[in-house]
Amino acid sequence: MNAITAAKMRRTLEFESPYTCIAALKEGSIETRVSAVLMGFGNIVHKQLVKGLLFLAAEVAYIVFMVMYGFHNIYMLGSLGTVERQEVWNEELQVFEYTQGDQSILLLLYGLATILLTAVMFWVWRGTLKSAYKAERLDKAGKHVNSFTEDLKALLDENLYRLLMTPPMIFIGALTILPLIFMICMAFTNYSKIDNHLVLFDWVGLDNFAALFDSGSILGSTFWRVLAWTLVWAFFATFTNYIAGMILAIVINRHETKIKGFWRFCFVLPCAVPMFVSLLIMRTMLQPDGAVNVLLRELGVIAEGASLPFFTDPTWARVTVILINIWVGVPYTLLQLTGVLQNIPTELYEAAKVDGANSIQTFFRITLPYMLYVTTPYLIATFTGNVNNFNVIYLLSGGDPVTDLASTAGSTDLLVTWLYKLTIDKQYYNVGAVVGILTFIILAVGALLTYRNSKSYREEGGI
Amino acid sequence: MFPVLWVVLTSFRGEKGSYVSTFFPKTYTLDNYAKLFTDTTLLNFPQMFMNTLIIAIFSCLLSSFFVLSASFCLSRLRFRLRKPYMNMAMILGLFPGFMSMVAVYFILKAVGLTEGNNVRIALILCYSGGAALGFQIIKGFFDTMPKELDEAALLDGCTRWQIFTKITLPLSKPIIIYQILTSFTAPWVDFIFAKVICRANADQYTVAIGLWRMLEKEYIDNWYTSFAAGAVLISIPIAILFLKLQKYYVNGMAGAVKG
Repeated sequence: MNAITAAKMRRTLEFESPYTCIAALKEGSIETRVSAVLMGFGNIVHKQLVKGLLFLAAEVAYIVFMVMYGFHNIYMLGSLGTVERQEVWNEELQVFEYTQGDQSILLLLYGLATILLTAVMFWVWRGTLKSAYKAERLDKAGKHVNSFTEDLKALLDENLYRLLMTPPMIFIGALTILPLIFMICMAFTNYSKIDNHLVLFDWVGLDNFAALFDSGSILGSTFWRVLAWTLVWAFFATFTNYIAGMILAIVINRHETKIKGFWRFCFVLPCAVPMFVSLLIMRTMLQPDGAVNVLLRELGVIAEGASLPFFTDPTWARVTVILINIWVGVPYTLLQLTGVLQNIPTELYEAAKVDGANSIQTFFRITLPYMLYVTTPYLIATFTGNVNNFNVIYLLSGGDPVTDLASTAGSTDLLVTWLYKLTIDKQYYNVGAVVGILTFIILAVGALLTYRNSKSYREEGGI
Repeated sequence: MFPVLWVVLTSFRGEKGSYVSTFFPKTYTLDNYAKLFTDTTLLNFPQMFMNTLIIAIFSCLLSSFFVLSASFCLSRLRFRLRKPYMNMAMILGLFPGFMSMVAVYFILKAVGLTEGNNVRIALILCYSGGAALGFQIIKGFFDTMPKELDEAALLDGCTRWQIFTKITLPLSKPIIIYQILTSFTAPWVDFIFAKVICRANADQYTVAIGLWRMLEKEYIDNWYTSFAAGAVLISIPIAILFLKLQKYYVNGMAGAVKG
């Protein structure tokens, strides 16, 4: 315990720099404080001309942007646009022309992007202050102040992380974080095909959440049904795969098993075929007149003209998707677990053998506890993966069969496939976003609770 | 095994249509393969193939660069945002991946990347944009390399950039190959993202959407056997890669699980 605290202390000390933002404002000289308004001023005064000019340029660019577009963008976030598209009769050309109305979706997007940009700018502003303060202190103490070339060189050395992490972060910011915030905002609007709010929409607060939790309405009852099935599916899909994969891995890795390579090859081959191909094939095979039914008819198992209702009966469909998921998923589990299995110390097994344990006892007393202990993070990851398992359901059953025509989800629809249907097919963007947020909350609570208690979290303190 | 066999058989089947009364084909033919590459009026398979190839090459380069640099930083360098970054990656991983997809579409549309040839750029960005969040496996690999190597190099006056390019990367060839190949195959097998981004731009379709379309009602009668042929064609290279690489896959997972 002491060692860990010591390590933690050292780690925080490592990052602690005397040149903080607050210190710069409190104790910095006039030049440094001026930098808070006129960015880069402190650097220019203290021999860092290029760096200072770059900061200044960033500030000017930001102000120009804000004056020209930014303030308008943020202002429009409040109302999300009110001007409707109008038809205007053009006398000269004898046609109706459309005036450009407000498009709420674009206004929302621009507003959010502006806010994100402002956040980035705030971060740059802090950087300016720190850098100005550092330059001032070093200069006054008569120490060496880094020139611009030296700063660039430092990017390849002690500041390498800045160089390497910036491009990925820009992409993550633009293509993962911004869209997520965007969707989360949508959950609080009435952006939906209902009442024709596809061009102009408004903030509606928590109305969408209320509608979804109201189990009296169609939407609400569908939500609870889909949620229940999603959890059942994720539980079965995770554990059937885990157990089946582990048993296979153990059987293949036994000393007595001959031609291990061949067996592994056989089981791995199906997962070498791209998943969407094998799923589409499975779907066509299991249709009422597909290959499986044809084969069964030929063998005389079912009557001529009859077919098994793989995707037409709700219960059949649910069992079918779970079974096929085993077929698709076990090879991956097999590969992943093989590595872990080989890490179990052999002494444990030898000791068990000496004590006269049979193979079932060794499995339940040694293998299973060890595996569960080591692979908890992996299991959580698979569980969340299964809650979000779009491919299997969408490509196999497409959520069918639809039993209740009024609702928007079929019997095998998961929250994610329902989300897809709601947004892409029905264009109920707001409800879709709410479903997405709720999925996230369910997953996050579950995952965090388990992570916190797992061994690897305590050791690594992070992932 | 059985469905794999069946699709190979179907790809050589002479009779058209998706519903058959016998398991083994009555006649065998290579026409299905020929049709894929010659009949380009309805579904232009060669064009889709080229689209996917271009997208795959660029997104593979971009995302490999992102992942490798992010993993190196997280594993080898210590900086203040390291922990927050890893936690952020975990939280972002819990969101349904394509919850944001519609939003991504709107963003790309606002920048003008959803028309004409720009769709390819849009797809490349989509496939590589979030790549740096999937650093776990490679970070696990980097973590297993002895720290003493870096320290020795630092003493000898190497910069950290040189450590990255001259020591870490050459020592991690297997995992780099693994990364390059997985990111190369992603555009071939992804179907949802491509569908949302491409919408009606038929000349920008990737192979996955093309194959999916062949199973739609208006095409299935004529194209079913060609679908099987196309499936076999793109499965073979991926299958070979996968079989070659399963060793690294196992190692990568074992490393990642150990933390």
